[in-house]
Amino acid sequence: MSFPILSSILLAPVLGVLVILFIPEKEDKIIKIVSAIATGITVILSLIAYFAYDQSVGGLQFVEHIPWIEKLGVAYGLGVDGISLPLVLLTAIVIFAGVFASWGLEERVKEFFIFLLALVAGVFGVFLTTDLFFFYLFFEVAVIPMYILIGVWGSTNKEYAAMKLTLYLLVGSAFALIAIIAVYLYTGLGTFDILTLTKQTYDVGFQKFAFFLLMIGFGFLVPMWPLHTWSPDGHVAAPTAVSMLHAGVLMKLGGYGLVRAGIFMFPEGAKFWAPVIAGLCIVNVVYGAMVAMAQKDLKFVIGYSSVSHMGYVLLGVAALNTLSISGAVAQMFAHGIMTALFFALVGNIYNKAHTRMIADFGGLAHQMPRVAVGFVIAGLASLGLPGLVNFVAEYSIFVGAFRVYPALAVLAVSGIVITATYVLRVVQKVFYGPRNPRWDDLEDAKGVEMVPIVILCAVLLFLGFFPSLLMDMINNGVDPFVIDYLSTLEIGGMF
Amino acid sequence: MMESIGIKYIWLVPLAPLVAFILISLLFKRFKMLSAVTAIVSMAISFILSLDILRLVLTNHEITMNNPIEIAVPWIDINGLFIEAGALIDPLTAGMLFVVTFISLLVTIYSVGYMHDDPGFSRFFSYLGLFVFSMLGLVIANNYFQMFFFWELVGLCSYLLIGFYYYKNSAADANKKAFITNRVADFGFMLGIIILFVNFDTFNFGKLAEAINASSDLALITLAGILVFVGPIGKSGQFPLHVWLPDAMEGPTPVSALIHAATMVAAGVYLLARGFILFASSTTTITFIAYLGGFTALFAATIAVTQRDFKRILAFSTLSQLGYMVMAIGIGSLTAGMFHLTTHAFFKALMFLCAGSVIHALHKQDIFEMGGVFKEMKITGTCMVIGGLAIAGIPPFAGFWSKDEILLTAKANGFTLLYIMASITAFLTAFYMFRLIFLAFFGEKRSDFHAHESPLTMTIPLIILAVFSIFGGFIGAPFVEHGYASYVYFGEPHHPTPDLMVMVSSTLVAVAGIFLAWLIYIKKAISAEKIATQFAPIYKFLYNKWYIDEIYAWFFNKIVLGISNVFNWCDRYIVDGIAHSIAWIIRTSGYKGRYLHTGSLQTYGLVIFTAVVVITLFLAGPVVGGVQ
Repeated sequence: MSFPILSSILLAPVLGVLVILFIPEKEDKIIKIVSAIATGITVILSLIAYFAYDQSVGGLQFVEHIPWIEKLGVAYGLGVDGISLPLVLLTAIVIFAGVFASWGLEERVKEFFIFLLALVAGVFGVFLTTDLFFFYLFFEVAVIPMYILIGVWGSTNKEYAAMKLTLYLLVGSAFALIAIIAVYLYTGLGTFDILTLTKQTYDVGFQKFAFFLLMIGFGFLVPMWPLHTWSPDGHVAAPTAVSMLHAGVLMKLGGYGLVRAGIFMFPEGAKFWAPVIAGLCIVNVVYGAMVAMAQKDLKFVIGYSSVSHMGYVLLGVAALNTLSISGAVAQMFAHGIMTALFFALVGNIYNKAHTRMIADFGGLAHQMPRVAVGFVIAGLASLGLPGLVNFVAEYSIFVGAFRVYPALAVLAVSGIVITATYVLRVVQKVFYGPRNPRWDDLEDAKGVEMVPIVILCAVLLFLGFFPSLLMDMINNGVDPFVIDYLSTLEIGGMF
Repeated sequence: MMESIGIKYIWLVPLAPLVAFILISLLFKRFKMLSAVTAIVSMAISFILSLDILRLVLTNHEITMNNPIEIAVPWIDINGLFIEAGALIDPLTAGMLFVVTFISLLVTIYSVGYMHDDPGFSRFFSYLGLFVFSMLGLVIANNYFQMFFFWELVGLCSYLLIGFYYYKNSAADANKKAFITNRVADFGFMLGIIILFVNFDTFNFGKLAEAINASSDLALITLAGILVFVGPIGKSGQFPLHVWLPDAMEGPTPVSALIHAATMVAAGVYLLARGFILFASSTTTITFIAYLGGFTALFAATIAVTQRDFKRILAFSTLSQLGYMVMAIGIGSLTAGMFHLTTHAFFKALMFLCAGSVIHALHKQDIFEMGGVFKEMKITGTCMVIGGLAIAGIPPFAGFWSKDEILLTAKANGFTLLYIMASITAFLTAFYMFRLIFLAFFGEKRSDFHAHESPLTMTIPLIILAVFSIFGGFIGAPFVEHGYASYVYFGEPHHPTPDLMVMVSSTLVAVAGIFLAWLIYIKKAISAEKIATQFAPIYKFLYNKWYIDEIYAWFFNKIVLGISNVFNWCDRYIVDGIAHSIAWIIRTSGYKGRYLHTGSLQTYGLVIFTAVVVITLFLAGPVVGGVQ
């Protein structure tokens, strides 16, 4: 067996936790450096895996398989394909950026980074595992640190938000767990291996049942309207790095689960429920964007914009064709980077100005030109401007969805106008206008603070101009499943 | 066969300015002159290569509208989506490349003088580089997707440059307005090309042309055509999405010349020419285009008559002239539309740069506060008069020939109403343009200012553009053999027979307009104030630009923000309200009081978990056919 690259990605943050445990509390700097190194390793390893992945072969690669609870058929199995690999890379990039975005943290530094790294290990696990049981387990591993991180280091109504977020996520995962157990019992194969389970054929009635549970369960995570209200509250309350990881990556677990465990396993069930998802996701897109427009707190704007943008992911999923699903996965990646950038920038402003109310600002481009440039880039990505990777993702979803739900696709495309409106309003109100002397002592981002801004902007722009680096990989992962399981389906569509 | 460095290095045409943008914004920001030189050199490279392409197209008769050179590489090639990055070289591209690179180069040189004392000097030149890159990427596009890609990028540059003085609230309002208005238009454009792709599986212009020819689905072609046309309605400022262009004058004046007069706003017309078959295949679409263009031409001219701001008058005149071009395409003459685009680029850029020269010297924009400027600014004044004569359509200036071609086509193709509207517009154009010239440059000084002629970096580009505004029209004049019409056409080259009646009447109309302006503003035989008070309602209606901005403002503030607030309320009190009620029910349903306030997450989780399992299994029972 060759070098266990995936286990190394998973263990790097765990190792980081162990090292930090032995560092004295007062050595803030060293704790941060260790975290940066641990997450830096995951970035490098993910990049290596990304470029070493052989697209001509496809399928799961870098597979590791160690039986664990043999009686139940639970195994420690890792492997990645064109769908999970971009998301692993996304996680690595976001957490690496997140560590630097938390560089200024002073309160309980040691505990913060321990929980942060534990959280990210859980997230990596979800994307890396090939076993449904571990899929669930890793997800739970991610949720608990999240609760503590928000509850302790958060702001703005943090206890309420942390509790709300955790309960919603637990309820969501409970639905998913029922589906997982049902599948296990139904097949009677005594295995949780996702690929094996995907290859089974299921009775249509069971598919409808199982997909429904997954749709609700993962719908909580994505989040699908009306199960979404935990997410803006959670984003707002969470400390910067947690918001980045949460909006950037954790929400993607829902989309990923829906694709991997939902439509690939239960195509008939997906076909049955897809119109419901399609209908609700338009509410996400349009309603989410309209609500974002009404917000007064910068973080709430971004929180609701995430609700709106994740609606595109759901639309891609609901359209059930290769292009739309590829677009959905690409959108998860693109949105993850973009929203992490947003949160890093807002965190930067909040740390210095101690307010996030839009009305308090104005003319901030005078004092913080670099933050302003970063914010404009994130905003342009958000409104789907060509040249940034989000555009390609959204465009793929639109084209894919248009073939199936033309009327809904038109509504979805209208989201780009609403998004432009609220994003540019925020940019104008915060950064443009005459110099406001109140903020004259705000320092622009510099040094370490620039690391997340530069990295995230660079990814958005680079993949925006060279999207095939991302799209080929994703398409490679999505295509075989759709040909195998979905091409035989005729989707009637709602409209 | 094609010995041309222009073709060989075609990628450099757009990329050179991009490199300039990257270098300036990342490295040269602190070095003013280095930034300017980098920008100028990059544009010169693009210009020289474009000249070579133009030379090739003019001399090599194998490259025609129906037989272009196409170079392309795949940009995205996945199951269900195939997109190319490509270049399409034909006379249409070559002509547009020349116009864009030529004016960009002149404007960039001019800006060295104009922006001299601006603290954002380097930033300005970096944006110009980004703009020229985007514009050229749009011009060479061989497919709709690429066109859209760069179409949005030029929109971004426009946004950045309108908001160049970001500390001014008016600039920040204007750039947001420009972007959002264009977004509304691009919404239509995007849907249009998605419909085309979904039905014909390609974005490529050539392949789409074949597919459209072969298609019998007229409703589809009409729908796609009209949706795509919504893009130009925004970008080229056609009614009712014209509102952003006058406000765009908040940007530095060279930008107004380059982007908001000569090149970017003409991109809509270029798109109409490039995708002509899509529009021409449906009578509904093409007729709609014709009348919307004709209406915009007249509509904008009526507003221009009443405005006081130097640049705003020019902006409305741009709208009006763009209306002419769109109308020309709509009445079936790609040639006339593109010809007018070309001459307009020369004389409108010229006039805006003159405006810049005046504003630079006077620090004023209201023409009623000027007067007699000609005495102190002879070069600028002369150039402005040349521009005015060109746009008014006085022979032999450039605008005469292209406008004549449009009027001629309108008459020949039987669009009598449009012919009349266009003639009225021509009269108004001559009138308001010379109203501007007489008020600003002649008569007595009406306020206290010190005018002085601008430096050479500014006046030399003026003189060059003035020369083109005088002679530029000859490329398409009827007495020139192998003129514009034999290169840029749709289908077969087409020479409309010159009509002396049209020429004479259009000249007379223009002279009448100028004469009326002279009577009112120089001779003062008629009092403008008296007319304004006598027809007060009409005057106010025109002065307030038909109140279109007010309607939009009302719509946004009352309707859009209203819905937004309702949704926000709904999210807080209904969606969350229901969630809270459920939580409350679960919390109080049968548990002993002491468990209620444990604050223990596990307890809460367990409660909810159990509840969910029970409820779901109960609800799902009937559906679960398969579970044994």
